[in-house]
Amino acid sequence: MRQEHFETINAAFWTNYERTAGHLQTPSSRRQVQDAYNFPRLYRKICNQYAIALSRQYSPALVNRLHAMVLQGHKIIYHRSAFQPARFVHFFSHTFPDTFRKTIGCFWIALALFLTAFIGTGVSCYYQHDLIYSLMDESQVTDFEFMYDPANKNHGRTAETQNDTSIAMFGFYIKNNISIGFRTFAGGMLAGAGTVFFLIFNGIFLGAVSGHVTRLGFTQTFWPFVSGHGAFELTAIIISGGAGLVLALAIIAPGNLTRTDALKQAAVKALHLILGAAAMLLLAAFIEAFWSPVNVPVSIKYAVAAALWALVIVYLSMAGKKWT
Amino acid sequence: MQGLDTVKKHETPEGIILRLKIAGPVARACAWLIDLSLKGGIGFVLIMVLSVLGTTGIAILLVSLFLLEWFYPVIFEVTSGATPGKKAMDLLVINDNGTPVTFAASALRNLLRAADFFPVCYGFGLIAMLINRDFKRLGDMAAGTLVVHAEKETAASPVRNIQETVPIRPPADLRVNEQRTLLDFAERGATLSRERRIELAGLLSELTGKTGEPALNELEGYAMWLYKGKTT
Repeated sequence: MRQEHFETINAAFWTNYERTAGHLQTPSSRRQVQDAYNFPRLYRKICNQYAIALSRQYSPALVNRLHAMVLQGHKIIYHRSAFQPARFVHFFSHTFPDTFRKTIGCFWIALALFLTAFIGTGVSCYYQHDLIYSLMDESQVTDFEFMYDPANKNHGRTAETQNDTSIAMFGFYIKNNISIGFRTFAGGMLAGAGTVFFLIFNGIFLGAVSGHVTRLGFTQTFWPFVSGHGAFELTAIIISGGAGLVLALAIIAPGNLTRTDALKQAAVKALHLILGAAAMLLLAAFIEAFWSPVNVPVSIKYAVAAALWALVIVYLSMAGKKWT
Repeated sequence: MQGLDTVKKHETPEGIILRLKIAGPVARACAWLIDLSLKGGIGFVLIMVLSVLGTTGIAILLVSLFLLEWFYPVIFEVTSGATPGKKAMDLLVINDNGTPVTFAASALRNLLRAADFFPVCYGFGLIAMLINRDFKRLGDMAAGTLVVHAEKETAASPVRNIQETVPIRPPADLRVNEQRTLLDFAERGATLSRERRIELAGLLSELTGKTGEPALNELEGYAMWLYKGKTT
């Protein structure tokens, strides 16, 4: 069959196909059931015609046009619907804690890295009063001393942010803490080097501050302030690190798969972890902004903190488990 | 020419091989620069407007800047397949299998942007793209995504620019790829100047036995013959 004849007898079908495909690409509320019902048949026919046009060596313009139509149909047929509220709930009730338990090895490694740096630096800064000045500059140390000085009213705020409202601090904690979590995660793509760096860096930083202010005797302000939101914040940062290590492990030791395939499989788990961690950091920012600076007796602060830690541990170890 | 083209082939369940035109680092860098200036503009406006609204304004500002930094590309890619910068460069983000990018893939490739950016200005991302067959940066590898040139609208009727030409039977039996080359030449005529077409036609003077403008008419006649056969 000559190309011109082929084009003539199919022209009406192609117009019909393009119109139907166009309708199916409009927002779902305006789509016709009939179009969706007919489309797979039209799509198979277009695939067939594309193959025919290729094998008969029809002109490139026609082949390209048919290819464009195949591609358009392929997108419609194999497109996965983006967002379902039910999956959102299921993610937090099952997917996230389940993925966490499946990749708990990476979590333990991340925790060990962080804790080693944290305890090491913390103890050193507690006994060596000028060590902190080798780790951060003087203005930062002054800020931290100011933040947890019992003489100040608003704990956890520096001299500049002393008069900011809780809501402004909420915004600050979201931007700052979730960004740290994301960066710790992304570092996993550099064969884990970035993740390990950020975990140790944060461990050293927080250890230095904790050791230093404890040595100054600000224990009645510092520990009650951090213990509550720490349940979510620290756990989430370690989970972000664990997510980065999941990626790193796929790159370093892909097992029986190619590195690309191992990475793609690991990436699904890593994404679940980091999205869950981001949600935990959001919650932590809320607690840090609205609960941690509240002036209530220290015993209540510690009781709430204990409850929050228990909640995190129970959630991560139990949620979504099948009881048989 | 197949080896030179940056085309990735993906076979569909229907047994059709899709040809996806992969976009290179230059087009993507241009798209990124457009997005960067756009984000800068949005950030500037946000700072101007929200900083006068007091502490609540600061909270909204900080959250907006956070979303702008990490989720600006995700929102555009999931809803329309490309950020404004990529749209301006006619680029599209798709999954490896040619379907529109999913939320999970888009979130992953954009969260891992931080690793691509390392150590400065997409250093690792560029290296990854240059050693990778599909110009994937690190984020694309993990997410299984491709950045491709969007398909342009194709002409309604191919060979339309030589509809008037009288078909001429080619003097020799042509192999199929030679027939295809002739058709391609006739179709691309609309994008070339008359002088260039005559010059190109001159290359086949051994076949046509003519030079100059008659050679061009002869070749377009062959193409027409291949397209519609002998006219009655």
